[in-house]
Amino acid sequence: MLKVEQLSISYEQKEVVHNFSFEVEQGEILSIIGPNGSGKSTILKAIARMQPYNTGSILFEGENMRRLSSKEIARKMCMLSQQNQAPSDISVKNLVAYGRYPHKKWFERLNADDESVIDWALEKTYLSHYKEKPIAALSGGEAQRAWIAMALAQRPQVLLLDEPTTFLDIAHQHEVLELVRELNRDMGMTVVMVLHDLNQASSYSDKIVVVKDGIRAQMGTPNEVMTEQMIQQIYRMEAEIQYVSWDKAPRIQLKNTVRV
Amino acid sequence: MIHTARSRMIIITTFVVTILAAVIAIGLGSVHISIPDILSTIVNGRNNEGVYTTIIWDIRLPRVLLALIIGASIAISGALLQAVMGNPLADPGLTGVTSGAAAFVLLILLANPELTHLIPLAAFTGGLIAAAIVYALAWRRTGITPITIILSGVAVNALCGGVIGFLSILYSDRLPSAVQWMNGSLAAKGNASLHMIYVYAIIGWILSIFAIRKANIIRLGDQVATNLGESVTRIRIMLSILAVFLAAISVAAVGMISFVGLIVPHMARLLVGSDYKYMLPMSMAMGAIVLLIADTGGRTLFAPLDIPAGILMAVIGGPYFLYLMRKRAF
Ligand SMILES: Nc1ncnc2c1ncn2[C@@H]1O[C@H](COP(=O)(O)OP(=O)(O)OP(=O)(O)O)[C@@H](O)[C@H]1O
Ligand SMILES: [Mg+2]
Repeated sequence: MLKVEQLSISYEQKEVVHNFSFEVEQGEILSIIGPNGSGKSTILKAIARMQPYNTGSILFEGENMRRLSSKEIARKMCMLSQQNQAPSDISVKNLVAYGRYPHKKWFERLNADDESVIDWALEKTYLSHYKEKPIAALSGGEAQRAWIAMALAQRPQVLLLDEPTTFLDIAHQHEVLELVRELNRDMGMTVVMVLHDLNQASSYSDKIVVVKDGIRAQMGTPNEVMTEQMIQQIYRMEAEIQYVSWDKAPRIQLKNTVRV
Repeated sequence: MIHTARSRMIIITTFVVTILAAVIAIGLGSVHISIPDILSTIVNGRNNEGVYTTIIWDIRLPRVLLALIIGASIAISGALLQAVMGNPLADPGLTGVTSGAAAFVLLILLANPELTHLIPLAAFTGGLIAAAIVYALAWRRTGITPITIILSGVAVNALCGGVIGFLSILYSDRLPSAVQWMNGSLAAKGNASLHMIYVYAIIGWILSIFAIRKANIIRLGDQVATNLGESVTRIRIMLSILAVFLAAISVAAVGMISFVGLIVPHMARLLVGSDYKYMLPMSMAMGAIVLLIADTGGRTLFAPLDIPAGILMAVIGGPYFLYLMRKRAF
């Protein structure tokens, strides 16, 4: 579905992502994990064409994305950034409605189908009764959900999420990730997301890519990747891998204090 | 809560009030004309032998229409620049677009008076150059901050001021008429200026209707706009060109009028919110009425003196600008 080949990305003169490759199949959830500043957001931005890259290529269903028009890409793929700012007086519903924009021709108005997609997106993010509220009057978590709703309204085949759970309390974190899983299972939406919580990455992903210093350190299923050595290597933390009764995903239990 | 119905009402009301104000303004002046007389003279056409035909058709009506058209155009120009730069301080005056256009127009008025028909083109070129300089100076990866706008605007304005000063010394004999023009006076412009710009203005307004969606998209920030499939750079360039165009035709017709592009969009935003679907038409109507009031006030309050609308706008606009600074509206 989405194939990233030997990507190198620089800011000014400094290369921060080196020869980075990965592939995600249609209908998979892939998580990118790694320490702060390792280049996770940069990689997502390059895929979402918000960041130019020096070398390498990004293929969408086998086609080089440089050859697709911006609008075509917008109909297939959507990225939710780590930080978003909107005009403060825009209402939740209007913000979400912008998600339909790539599907509209010049000057075409929203029709009943669009309205129902918007309502669906609002419902999925539990924002139906906040429709008319201005974004500025929402809490950080509610605003985050409004942005997610906008991404949903875009109805992408591939959803890129940069730390979608920041600002959210644990219950809403859980809800967002469950929503991602639901979209993935019910609609076959392919998801690439950056997560910091290793346990969340473990239980919600089909595949995990580990990044350190702009280099791909590992890639594989949660079971393959989540090992004590990986935690040690990447985060310099002592951990123990445990399993819970209700799913097969490995859980990381950090041992107190020891930072070596 | 955002009341779209309320915003619509406010906009319609403003347009109606603007038309009423225009009719009243036609009646004001050394010869006072009653509203029925105004209406019948206009309805009877310009070839009618009425008492007021000449004064209305040749003097007052063109002047009022000029004020409305130019006020609307400058206000739209400011609103568009504010979307492009993502900053409420962006205004054709502060950013130097106006003085860039003015410098080029003076080049014709003073140095090549035989090329008068090229004035709109010269204004447009000068405005574009000034805008390009501002972008080159002020644009950072992270966008434009109020400080960088002000600073690069100061630089461009100083540069153009220098050019203007230089031209004035070189051609001091032709200066008086140029000075009146530069002050933003609508006096004695009449039908000639009106004919020079109204087609351009209407084209600019129609293009602005198409710009509304783009302006709204760009307000969501570069990343979101890209995400929605828009080329942010292309939108910026297109909207800037349109904004410069609208500012330039105003300069070409009546010279430098400051603050309309800054104050009017700000007031419009307070009244109808920042959605350009409402904010842009509101700016248009308010720009028209604000400049009409400035011009009519300038020619009636101190009669027989005719104070240029540009000077009156500066006198009102300066303090309003300071007030905004104090309120930290930026
Ligand atoms: N706009 C920029 N200009 C220059 N350097 C940048 C810029 N953005 C990021 N960097 C640098 O690039 C590297 C990778 O940044 P990136 O934002 O991709 O990290 P990240 O893995 O997403 O981190 P985090 O977990 O904190 O979000 C960092 O060293 C950062 O300092
Ligand atoms: Mg990041």
